[in-house]
Amino acid sequence: MSLSDSTPVLELAGVRKTFGSVTALADGSITVYPGSIHALVGENGAGKSTLIKIVAGLHRRDSGIFRFRGADAAFSSTAEAKNAGIAVIYQEPTLFPDLSVTENIFMGRQPRSRGGRIDKQAMQDEAAEIFARLGVNLDLNRPADGLSIADQQIIEIAKAISLDAHLLIMDEPTAALSGVEVERLFAVARSLRDEGRGIVFISHRFDEIFSLCDTITVMRDGSYVATTPTAETSNDELVTMMVGREVADLYPKTQAEVGEVVLAVENLKSAGTFADISFTVRAGEIVGLAGLVGAGRSEIVRAIFGVDSYDSGSVALNGSPVPKGQPSAAIRAGMALVPEDRRQQGLVVDASLARNIGAAIRRRLSRFGLITTSAENRAAGPWAGRLEVKTSALSMNAATMSGGNQQKVAIAKWLATDPSLLIIDEPTRGIDVGTKAEVHRLLSQLAGEGMAILMISSELPEVMGMADRILVVGEGRISAELDREEATAEKVMHAATARHEKNRQEAAA
Amino acid sequence: MSAETLSRHDRQSATTRAVRSILASRETAIVLVILAIIAVATAMNQSFLFSGQGWRDLLLTPSILMVMAVGSAVVIITRNVDLSVGSTLAITAYMSGRLFVDLPGTPIIVVVLLGILVGAVLGLINGALVAFGKVPALVVTLGTMYIYRGAVLTWAGSDRINASDMPREFLGLGTMQIVSIPLLTIVAVLVLIVAGYWLASTRSGREMYAIGSDPEAAKLYGLPTTKRVITAFILGGALAGLAGVMYAARYGTVSASAGLGWEFQAIGAAVIGGVAIFGGSGSVWGAAFGAILLMTINRTLPIVGIPDFWQRAVVGALIIGAIVLDRYLSVRRHRKLQEARDKA
Repeated sequence: MSLSDSTPVLELAGVRKTFGSVTALADGSITVYPGSIHALVGENGAGKSTLIKIVAGLHRRDSGIFRFRGADAAFSSTAEAKNAGIAVIYQEPTLFPDLSVTENIFMGRQPRSRGGRIDKQAMQDEAAEIFARLGVNLDLNRPADGLSIADQQIIEIAKAISLDAHLLIMDEPTAALSGVEVERLFAVARSLRDEGRGIVFISHRFDEIFSLCDTITVMRDGSYVATTPTAETSNDELVTMMVGREVADLYPKTQAEVGEVVLAVENLKSAGTFADISFTVRAGEIVGLAGLVGAGRSEIVRAIFGVDSYDSGSVALNGSPVPKGQPSAAIRAGMALVPEDRRQQGLVVDASLARNIGAAIRRRLSRFGLITTSAENRAAGPWAGRLEVKTSALSMNAATMSGGNQQKVAIAKWLATDPSLLIIDEPTRGIDVGTKAEVHRLLSQLAGEGMAILMISSELPEVMGMADRILVVGEGRISAELDREEATAEKVMHAATARHEKNRQEAAA
Repeated sequence: MSAETLSRHDRQSATTRAVRSILASRETAIVLVILAIIAVATAMNQSFLFSGQGWRDLLLTPSILMVMAVGSAVVIITRNVDLSVGSTLAITAYMSGRLFVDLPGTPIIVVVLLGILVGAVLGLINGALVAFGKVPALVVTLGTMYIYRGAVLTWAGSDRINASDMPREFLGLGTMQIVSIPLLTIVAVLVLIVAGYWLASTRSGREMYAIGSDPEAAKLYGLPTTKRVITAFILGGALAGLAGVMYAARYGTVSASAGLGWEFQAIGAAVIGGVAIFGGSGSVWGAAFGAILLMTINRTLPIVGIPDFWQRAVVGALIIGAIVLDRYLSVRRHRKLQEARDKA
């Protein structure tokens, strides 16, 4: 290496990035040295992804210092960042399924002989050499289609090596890997570190961070919190740094009278996704599903609602079984699902407010198979009023509403079906603080009226503030069930990363 | 596993793989079908192959469609489509005739180059609208298909260019043979070889496949997607322009309705030849063979005694069959690759 080891390969200080009125990153700071594996941790929404995207050239920072290998940097495209020597491995690898493994590694940078002809032999040899070094035996000529995520990540790493990248960023690379695959990835990461490259490693799994990384930087709410050598910190200290904030009046939870069992799920299993899922939700109760992104929570509720099928187990609503794989049957039985991605799954964004609210009860509104606008407006009126959706008229397009109002419309649409169970996935993602409280008040009010509510949330304070009972999902299984009184952020986080705890105990024993 | 054993293992399987992939390729399959059709037609009528006229028509008839199919294949490989190439052909075919009428003595090479140039400009318009306007290619080129056709209708009206309007030497090119091979066929094959080499062996050519395979990934890779997509449309337009000049020379008469529906034949040829309609795979060789297959079938069916209606139906069946076959093969491949993975 031409640069001395004391020059950081990457240096960010006070980097700020806003999207419209939303501040995605308030104070992004991290210093990565060559020959180091640096963990970047924080809750979802802490600003890690934004920070990575600035380094990768996908976003431009608004202000702050960004130095790469000692020189000021501002990349305006991924190509620029790549040419400078930055390789990013995303959680979901991005490959060309129709092209061969070799072509995927070298696309855009193929070795050429005279006349611009691609030197296929040289390309093949270099790929074989890289794979030999990585100790993987992957067919170089097969198409990338059908490769496991682990193998796809190996290709991404091979790409980074062929680039001779100085900085390698891995964004939750292990989320979809098995134990053996994680070990292989770590071995590769360590050998790259020993060659003097800088590595940024993002993960939610503490065991991985402790076994792989030498330094840890914690972020919270878009800001830098602390940087510490791995050897000088502990699991508990990290959790406290990650979640340490006050739970304010954002969560107006009132105690509701808990009644009969509404939803009963027994031994639900879907191979490779989740298993042994058994729980109940009672009338008037809000049950929170907590856990890490990718733990299987959304998949579980999709199976309950019938969007996806499952292998074994049963779902019953108000005592009668709900057939699997039929959302329409689930709706008839009295279920409602407000999905995580409002724009894509929850709303017809180009249609009016009234039409959206009326969408789930179309059959009831129609006369002789026709639906009139006035019928839609009549049905929508009371709901929009109750939810305080601030739009001048019911004819306003959903696309032009704020995220908070869109979410309220998505909820109203389902309330119009008069459900006995409301499943809501990430109710306040991407919503400003004021509207958040309104959505929370609404949920609390609905529970008070006897509705059973199953809420998925990745925001710990939200789960703890709103739920009567918390089910923690870890790697497709319910790893803990906590009452409102006994739940603490630390307990939930420990349960969500339970595998780690178990490993540690086994190692200690 | 050491590097040596790894590479030896690779080389061994590379040879078997090469043989297997040639035997299993779509291109080979189509060539076999074409040969079978020629054999049947010749068995029923000796002069289909064994006569000067038969031999010439066999090679000459598919030439113009081959050139267009090569252009369409490149556009489709980038996950786009160009419906305006039939109209482009009409414009440059009529323009060629017009040039000889209005400016007698224009050198033939100027007419050819102008045809290519005008086609390229019409392609550039399509490409720019698709790449900068972010409008789906299907919509853009459906629009320009009508606009370009409207332009030539306005220009030509009910007028038609006749053989007597064009110089004898130009028309001679349309039927000229060099060592018994028609000149137009030689042109088509040259276009095919150059395009095939470019797509298979240069960075920009391979990037066409990458962009069609996954446009989002192409952006993350930092590939110049805008430039490449525009290039594909320019090439498709230029080849349609060349096909227009070839059309004028071959048929001698050009009206405003020249090349009506040829865009679909060109797309059909590419699809039959194994170019995936959603981009990313296939070759111009397959597309060219697809064009030969289409045109040869069209000439064979009357000999076999199949009525006119069924000739079109057969083309339709071929296209659907090709797509169903593609789908089946890709599902099977996907499943096989996944099974192999699960076993490992």
